[in-house]
Amino acid sequence: MTLAANRIVAGEGVQVWQLATLAETLPGIAAVGAGLLLGVQAGRQRLRVAGAIIGLGGLFWLLMRGAPALMEGAGEYARVSPALGFWCLLLILMLLLADALAQRTPGPVARAGLLAAVLGTLGLILWSGALSPLSIMQEYAGRRDGFADAALRHLALAFGSLAVAAGIGFPLGILCHRKAGLRESVLPTLSLLQTIPSLAMFGLMIPILGWVGDSVPGARALGIAGIGFAPAFLALVLYSLLPVVANTVAGLAAAPPAALEAARGMGMTPGQRLWRVELPLGLPVILTGLRIVLVQNIGLAVIAGLIGGGGFGTFVFQGLNQTATDLILLGALPTVALALVSAIVMDILVELSRPIPKDTA
Amino acid sequence: MIEIDDLTKIYGDATAVDHVTMTVETGTITVIVGTSGSGKTTLLRMINRLEEPTSGEVRINGESTLATKPHLLRRRIGYAIQGHGLFPHHTVARNIGAVPQLLGWERDKIRARVDELLSLFSMEPAAFRSRYPAELSGGQQQRVGVARALASRPDLLLMDEPFGALDPIIRARAQDDLRRIQRQLGSTIMLVTHDMEEAIRLGDMVAVMDGGKLVQYATPAEIIAEPATPFVAEMVGDVERPLRLLSLIPLSELVEDGEAEGAAMPAGASLRDALAACLWTGRSAVPVEKDGATIGRVTFAAIRARAELHA
Ligand SMILES: Nc1ncnc2c1ncn2[C@@H]1O[C@H](COP(=O)(O)OP(=O)(O)O)[C@@H](O)[C@H]1O
Ligand SMILES: [Mg+2]
Repeated sequence: MTLAANRIVAGEGVQVWQLATLAETLPGIAAVGAGLLLGVQAGRQRLRVAGAIIGLGGLFWLLMRGAPALMEGAGEYARVSPALGFWCLLLILMLLLADALAQRTPGPVARAGLLAAVLGTLGLILWSGALSPLSIMQEYAGRRDGFADAALRHLALAFGSLAVAAGIGFPLGILCHRKAGLRESVLPTLSLLQTIPSLAMFGLMIPILGWVGDSVPGARALGIAGIGFAPAFLALVLYSLLPVVANTVAGLAAAPPAALEAARGMGMTPGQRLWRVELPLGLPVILTGLRIVLVQNIGLAVIAGLIGGGGFGTFVFQGLNQTATDLILLGALPTVALALVSAIVMDILVELSRPIPKDTA
Repeated sequence: MIEIDDLTKIYGDATAVDHVTMTVETGTITVIVGTSGSGKTTLLRMINRLEEPTSGEVRINGESTLATKPHLLRRRIGYAIQGHGLFPHHTVARNIGAVPQLLGWERDKIRARVDELLSLFSMEPAAFRSRYPAELSGGQQQRVGVARALASRPDLLLMDEPFGALDPIIRARAQDDLRRIQRQLGSTIMLVTHDMEEAIRLGDMVAVMDGGKLVQYATPAEIIAEPATPFVAEMVGDVERPLRLLSLIPLSELVEDGEAEGAAMPAGASLRDALAACLWTGRSAVPVEKDGATIGRVTFAAIRARAELHA
């Protein structure tokens, strides 16, 4: 852990056994040690899962016990944060948990259950206030309303752009699938868009939408301006188009040619072939495209903070300006968590959308 | 009755099908045979309008195929292709029920029809109904493909090299099955193959195509005995011609009074089988039986005389 006099200066390290009385830290240290020991039992996945959970429990125990103990008498502006040791252990134990679970290859339903359990536990810890002495939580406490706004904004940016990109991308993908000529002009154009560095893309939006906002009557009233939500949203939509269109085309092309020929020969109309054969067979690939877009946009939306688009990026860039590491983390950690959760949920959906049950294929 | 009237298909400057005219009787199997690129597939696909003819027309029971929208026409005509083309994400039952479903049949009626067809193809409905195509052997996939094409009791069944992907033993069984089922249902079938053996074995009539033209349209016996062009003769194959001919003639045609040694053969067996039995067991005649009773014999000399009739 580090303890700092205020939120800006670098803190000084405090070793784990100095956190609090030995009676309080010992169970935590023991649990982490036991967890790691159990974790190395290669081949005994159940033990490894248990080890990871015990270890994580110990780690959070230390965090919850140590933070208030350190804060005691350290002054009004003092801040405590987890240090390198904590983050390393957290990473190791999480990897251990993920690996052990993956070895057991849980089904989609089991995975959804696990995800809910992890989120529930995390929510409970946060809600209980046991971590509130931590610096990052104090940054949060100071921005409670701002955080909720930013979260909503971030979700709106990521999911909204996904929805719009899907709305444009699916029909475009279907058209590209049907007409080779169109495909050969559309896909390279979208690839080109994808290669524009994200900062440059957001930068480009400023003059373009600024001009639209100024010259098209009524555009300004709709909130279209050089900076703010609109340019960030548009940039994300543009980035999303390639994965959506490319995966739609690839998914639709996945149907075996003989099956399509048979479908035509038995008197299916082009629409029936699309709905009954091509889409069901291509759905996993198409959803994989949406997964790429969602994870990508949750990350990219951070940069929207730079052009006033809102979202968690606001905290990150404020934090960078003020060199307040914990404020950066307040923006970054929820973004990472959101991306992880979305990725897992989308993976589950992809799995469920497989047209042929896995054990038969 | 299917009337193909002066049908032509031109791609750019190549004529794939060149003024073909032929009539197919209801309830028969007609096999279109020719080398690769001779226009067989194109001819077949013009019948259900997967290809539009450059000129000419097709009439089914007197009605021009041009009078119906193509996709509605195709629902009345079964179509089975090489590599079966089953939908990998649908069960066997859904695959077979595909056309009835397009036609709006009721659920119960579709289910009954699926079970009926599975039984007809010697596949236990309870065991196969809910399997996916990937869970079937090649021969089973092919049978489901044909069952699907027959599901709505079509006026006509078109088959393009349906047995092309099967190994020889399964292939022979599939041909026998098709013959049996066609007789049982009285279906009208047009089948494309590049294999003259298959054409002779299956066809009531054989149509030989060469370079887009129909060069001979006749019964298998006529094709073997009197090939219309050197090309047809070559397809039949000079070496095997007598044997092919003998394989088309049943023992009942040559049976005569008299005794013979050894195991009896059924009257429906072919002269080719009897010849093989004579050679293999060193006999000069084989007894012939019908319904369990011996009705006479067929002699080696008689078989030889019959084969020489066309030499
Ligand atoms: N879509 C097409 N475009 C151009 N040429 C074609 C097309 N389909 C077939 N052909 C040509 O027509 C001829 C007959 O083809 P096809 O009917 O497939 O022959 P087969 O089935 O007897 O092998 C071939 O020379 C082939 O190259
Ligand atoms: Mg062909």
